[in-house]
Amino acid sequence: MTTTKSKVVYSPVFTDGAEFRIPTFKLLKQDGKLYKSAKAPDLDKEKALRIYRAMITTRILDERMLAAQRQGRLSFYMQCTGEEAAVIGSAAALDDGDMIMAQYREQGALAYRGFSIDEFMNQLFGNELDYGKGRQMPVHYGSKKLNYMTISSPLATQIPQATGYAYGQKMAGEGHCTITYFGEGAASEGDFHAALNMAAVHRVPVIFLCRNNGYAISTPAAEQFAADGVAPRAYGYKMDVIRVDGNDILAMYEATRAARALAVEHNRPVLIEAMSYRLAAHSSSDDPSGYRSKDEEAVWREKDPILRMRLWLESKKWWSEDDEKKLQESMRREVLETMKRAQKRPPPPLESLVTDVYDEVPPMLAEQFEKLKAHIRRYPDEYPKSAEHAKGGA
Amino acid sequence: MTKMNMLQAINNALDTAMGADERVLCFGEDVGVFGGVFRATSHLQQKYGKARCFNTPLVEQGIIGFANGLAAQGSIPVAEIQFADYIFPAFDQIVNESAKYRYRSGNLFDVGGLTIRAPYGGGIAGGLYHSQSPEAYFAHTPGLKIVVPRNPHQAKGLLLGAIHDPNPTLFFEPKRLYRASVGDVPDEDYRLPLGEAEIIKEGTDVTVLGWGAQLEVIEQAVERAEKDGISCEVIDLRTILPWDVETVANSVFKTGRLVVTHEAPLTGGFAGEIAATIQERCFLYLESPIARVTGMDTPFPLVLEKEHLPNHLKVYEAIRASVEF
Repeated sequence: MTTTKSKVVYSPVFTDGAEFRIPTFKLLKQDGKLYKSAKAPDLDKEKALRIYRAMITTRILDERMLAAQRQGRLSFYMQCTGEEAAVIGSAAALDDGDMIMAQYREQGALAYRGFSIDEFMNQLFGNELDYGKGRQMPVHYGSKKLNYMTISSPLATQIPQATGYAYGQKMAGEGHCTITYFGEGAASEGDFHAALNMAAVHRVPVIFLCRNNGYAISTPAAEQFAADGVAPRAYGYKMDVIRVDGNDILAMYEATRAARALAVEHNRPVLIEAMSYRLAAHSSSDDPSGYRSKDEEAVWREKDPILRMRLWLESKKWWSEDDEKKLQESMRREVLETMKRAQKRPPPPLESLVTDVYDEVPPMLAEQFEKLKAHIRRYPDEYPKSAEHAKGGA
Repeated sequence: MTKMNMLQAINNALDTAMGADERVLCFGEDVGVFGGVFRATSHLQQKYGKARCFNTPLVEQGIIGFANGLAAQGSIPVAEIQFADYIFPAFDQIVNESAKYRYRSGNLFDVGGLTIRAPYGGGIAGGLYHSQSPEAYFAHTPGLKIVVPRNPHQAKGLLLGAIHDPNPTLFFEPKRLYRASVGDVPDEDYRLPLGEAEIIKEGTDVTVLGWGAQLEVIEQAVERAEKDGISCEVIDLRTILPWDVETVANSVFKTGRLVVTHEAPLTGGFAGEIAATIQERCFLYLESPIARVTGMDTPFPLVLEKEHLPNHLKVYEAIRASVEF
């Protein structure tokens, strides 16, 4: 039963909610200085540099892998470029034991958690060391060790799963929460609404982080929703919400730290809307020149979140031109070397076609596999990658 | 042993599982204090608390999305979809998420603890939207297990089997039998194996195969056929996916004839899959074409459901036609 006590009126009064304007939380200006009266979060040098290294890793990985895709070495890629602060700033405010359920362009969070360049490459090239055994498209990372749920292509499906996962964490009493990332486009899916409503009703320790980056593939936010962004929807579910400058690493960190406290200490789900911009294309298969102007992109390039962080680090004397040069060079070298290594590794074994469908291979599938092996043995030149594997067993 | 109807047996299975392992949770629409619209979850909230047995908002995709996350975390969710007819808003979460979690993550993550319960089938004057048998839609999806019990003893044993199976499982309950089917049920925790058909009655002339509520229909049809001197072997498939090809094929090697029956429509129904596989395996042993006795290729009707359904007379006719071919 609802407990809302509503004022009574005697003529039809409509409201479109316009009186609820949500403020935007900012701390850091583009020149690396804090806004007047803004206070930097409690972030020590070591953690600040860990964040910055993850940002640089992500940016360089994005540049190199997009180039690799253009050269035909990689089938597909998605960049995080422009949204590094929203993703890494929030991930850094979590405990490493908290679960991350991402959408697909949150490689920054994974880099922050410690996923190695080798691990990225193995997935991108789907080789025998890929944890996903070469079953998913590039950028569908996952890591059990780092509490990073394997990415799934269908949009928004991870959002209600995050609510469920976090409910399990609450039941287990382990003091952890789950964060789930998604774009403003995904927030149109039914899964989003289901997830927020269930989380609010059942008081689940989950953080919903909407990267409002302006575009869902080619569809601009203005054609995605009529309201003032995604944040006001939280009111309808009676959920705590905050809107943050998504290119401001300090604000993202501080907002998420506070959101985590609400989630874990008070079992209150929180919605964070990070206002940012997808500087890159949606994916390597997309070309934004068909739907937005260079001028528009240039405005956002001026708000580069990495540069803003770097200027802040320099103002603290935690970072220098020289440090930057060294990091950039060593990272570029590492990316190139690991890419070459990953590309040379063999594909996953033929058996990986039929394992993990169930906990054990059922008889019908085992029979199909034997038929396939026999077939490949008859045409070894047509199936060179798998012919070796097909020889084994019978 | 206690005499129970099927609902009591299901309730007893849930009670048994929740009592044994605190990771087991039951939730769905009206599942909490009310105990579900059919009362399958009666008293569980009172016994195990609101945190482990609770109502969800009316949102099937949310229920299964939430259940997927819970299962990935290591809990053992038993999610109820109030009627199988309403499972489709959750279709994406089931076929793209539950079914593929283990495969796509290379076994880093799985939702093996998940069980989805849903009442299915006709015979209750439920019309278009309270009578469907959707098992074939899900049988096209590798990674799921699909189980249908036929009586209280099977319901408890198979449900406990499903809850403890390390794969996501759909458990379709024949709601026509919820109160109509009564029998002895062991009080202890027992688990029937998934993926194994059960030969209920041995025979030599024809194999008659079905699942769930159709077994009652099959038994009546077989009784009549046996009065005509036809010896029938009756098999309950019990698990639709992955199904027990060996048991069915071995039976057909012996009898040379197969009649498959289900309530769902003919076209694309699971009987077609069985017929195709058995003719591959048993082609030279078959004495007659494999017969399918199913619901018609119409939505499920209200007033004319008796005519629509594959009843004992239709199954009896198919048995006769098969033997006399």
